[in-house]
Amino acid sequence: MAVGLSHFLMVSGLLFVLGIISMISRRNMIGVLLGIELIMNAAGLNFIAFSRYIAQDLSGHIFTLFILIIAASEAVVALAIVLRIYQNRATISVEAVGEMKC
Amino acid sequence: MLEKVLWLWLTPLATAIILLFLGKRLPRRGDWLAVMGLGLSLTLSLSFLLELFQTHTFEWREQMAWLSLSGLSISFGWLIDPITILMLCVVTTVSFLVHLYSTEYLKGDPNYARYFAYLSFFTFSMLGLVLVDNLLWLYIFWELVGLASYLLIGFWFEKKSASDAAKKAFLTTRIGDMGFFIGIMLIFYKTGGLLTYDDIFKFVAQGQFTGEFLGIPILTLAGILLFLGAMGKSAQFPLHVWLPDAMEGPTPVSALIHAATMVAAGVYMVTRLYVLFTPEAQLFIAYIGAFTAFFAATMALTHTDIKKVLAYSTISQLGYMMMGLGVGAYVAGFLHLVTHAAFKACLFLCSGSVIHATHTQDMREMGGLKSKMPITFWTMLIATLSISGIPFFSGFVSKDLLLAGCLSFVMEHPEHLLLALFAFITAGMTAFYMFRLLCMTFLMPAKNLKVIDHAHESPWAMTLPLCLLSGLSFAIFFTGSLDGAGLLQVFGSWHDWFNEVILNPAPLDEAHGNAHGPAMALSLILATGGILLSYLFYLKKPELPQRLAQNTQAIYQTLIHLYWIDELYQKIIIQPLLKLNTFLADRDNRWIDQKLVDGWKPLTTQTSKGSGHFDNIVIDETLVDGSAVVVSTSAIQLRKIQTGKVQQYVLMAIGAFCILLIAVYFL
Repeated sequence: MAVGLSHFLMVSGLLFVLGIISMISRRNMIGVLLGIELIMNAAGLNFIAFSRYIAQDLSGHIFTLFILIIAASEAVVALAIVLRIYQNRATISVEAVGEMKC
Repeated sequence: MLEKVLWLWLTPLATAIILLFLGKRLPRRGDWLAVMGLGLSLTLSLSFLLELFQTHTFEWREQMAWLSLSGLSISFGWLIDPITILMLCVVTTVSFLVHLYSTEYLKGDPNYARYFAYLSFFTFSMLGLVLVDNLLWLYIFWELVGLASYLLIGFWFEKKSASDAAKKAFLTTRIGDMGFFIGIMLIFYKTGGLLTYDDIFKFVAQGQFTGEFLGIPILTLAGILLFLGAMGKSAQFPLHVWLPDAMEGPTPVSALIHAATMVAAGVYMVTRLYVLFTPEAQLFIAYIGAFTAFFAATMALTHTDIKKVLAYSTISQLGYMMMGLGVGAYVAGFLHLVTHAAFKACLFLCSGSVIHATHTQDMREMGGLKSKMPITFWTMLIATLSISGIPFFSGFVSKDLLLAGCLSFVMEHPEHLLLALFAFITAGMTAFYMFRLLCMTFLMPAKNLKVIDHAHESPWAMTLPLCLLSGLSFAIFFTGSLDGAGLLQVFGSWHDWFNEVILNPAPLDEAHGNAHGPAMALSLILATGGILLSYLFYLKKPELPQRLAQNTQAIYQTLIHLYWIDELYQKIIIQPLLKLNTFLADRDNRWIDQKLVDGWKPLTTQTSKGSGHFDNIVIDETLVDGSAVVVSTSAIQLRKIQTGKVQQYVLMAIGAFCILLIAVYFL
């Protein structure tokens, strides 16, 4: 059985769902961040798959490269925020930060 | 030329404005600025006069658009001809000397700068009155000089009598000005929008000015209405009451405004618009003038206030001028204006000098001042000789021409004998009361030693104007030669100008020549008689006047009370008016206020109550409050989903997305 588009999509869908679950259920902020990274990778995988099987050019690849770079920089910012929260409150539980509620 | 005129005219205005705002901060309170500004105007006027003497004719006019509406345009224009130049010289000369005189007379007054500002403002307005070339602007400046006169009469407004006199002057002249304004409007209407002198003269000369009103030609009516303005300003008979009261102002003001310039504005106006006056209107002017001359002279006979005697004398002389204009001797009338300006200003300034020294205006307190104030005495003597009409003085030249004109008119129209009678009797009375004034002030033995003791001659700033003005009271300045021939040369070009536009040349030359001799002789006899009589009364036998007064008690009382004119006006005009006012106020209060205005009250209160309820319930409680309640309750409900937990938000977003997907899939 040759590996086709649907396989890639299945893997990326799996990654996406896992990322969502991780983002919603984890109390630890690091876990939430990991979930977000998974979602982004799922999106990148989708781009490459469609690019490879349908468009057959390199535009999807370039998009994916952008997504990787954005994910990296976003991770830096997010981690910095998490670090500051830890320094201030000695916890990184998501439930500990609810002040933005109106 | 235009620059010269503007400098001449606007310098006094500029100094007035500067002094009004900055006067208190300038060194010496800025009096030097006003004097120098007037000096500039005087120099320019004299340069015009010099040019006139060289060329014997002078005419310059300039117009600029001022107000243009559709179908109507009113211009602002200057007109300079021999009459204007003479008036400019009179105004600036007297004004300059009065400015100089005032620096001493008002020294130390708390409102010194304001005084000079007003004085300069007056000069500006008077120059404007003389310079303009149309009726509307004449009227505007006419009112501005009235305003300046009001301000200066009431200069010491803390004194009630002064502020009352100012009001009286303003209101009385206003009555005449109403007539003046109606006259202007009548001319404006009949000529189809002409206001410039030349245009109106042309219109009249072409005989287009027609129409009657109640059997009187409109032109006559317009002339009489215009003359009403002159009656107010020049204090002619029914409206003369303000001028004696105006003596409440500072004496230099009386000299400038109420003797030399503003009161002569009426004479100037009649001279300027002479063409407009029909023979009937002229007759009216002649009678009013002659009667005023006589009437005011009788009142001057018994008065003891030195300034009021001069005021009545001014009224009398103005009446003379008017009479001269009325009988067709307009050259004489205008010449008398010029000569009178010099000697009457001199007389007023002399009386100011006396008042300055003695601090009283009552002649009964004075006497024996001749040795104390020699300069004042001699200058006053010269001016008095001039006003009495003694040969070799300026008053003789002009008065003689006037009387000759009057006599020749009466010889042609014997039914108007009364005019000549009034004129000649007045000439005698003038000499009498002027010498009476001189005797009581300077020559009679001193009556109140306290007053005399501290009297002293005034400083040079006051005596210099006296000397200059008394110098101008010599005939030689006006005739150029002793026989009066030079005079006619100066006025020659003016004659021509008049004859060009005039409808019916006045019977001046031939009849005038015939009347000249008798008039001169008669006036000389009367003047000498008046002088001798006053000499007899006040120096030879001082008890005579008293006895005469007792013997003719009725006449004496009438004169002392000034014919009860003020009381009469009080009785027949002011009190009925006040009664009418109180009556109307009462009606207003009872009918308009209580019935009509208060009657509306129930209606308006009910309406406002109803609309108040509507506003309260429908607008406020339902619409405004209702929308607020909807928003706030929905907000309370919606707030509940804002938990502050990020993961819940995400969950909600995913849930919503799923619902959307399912919906899309099934629908």
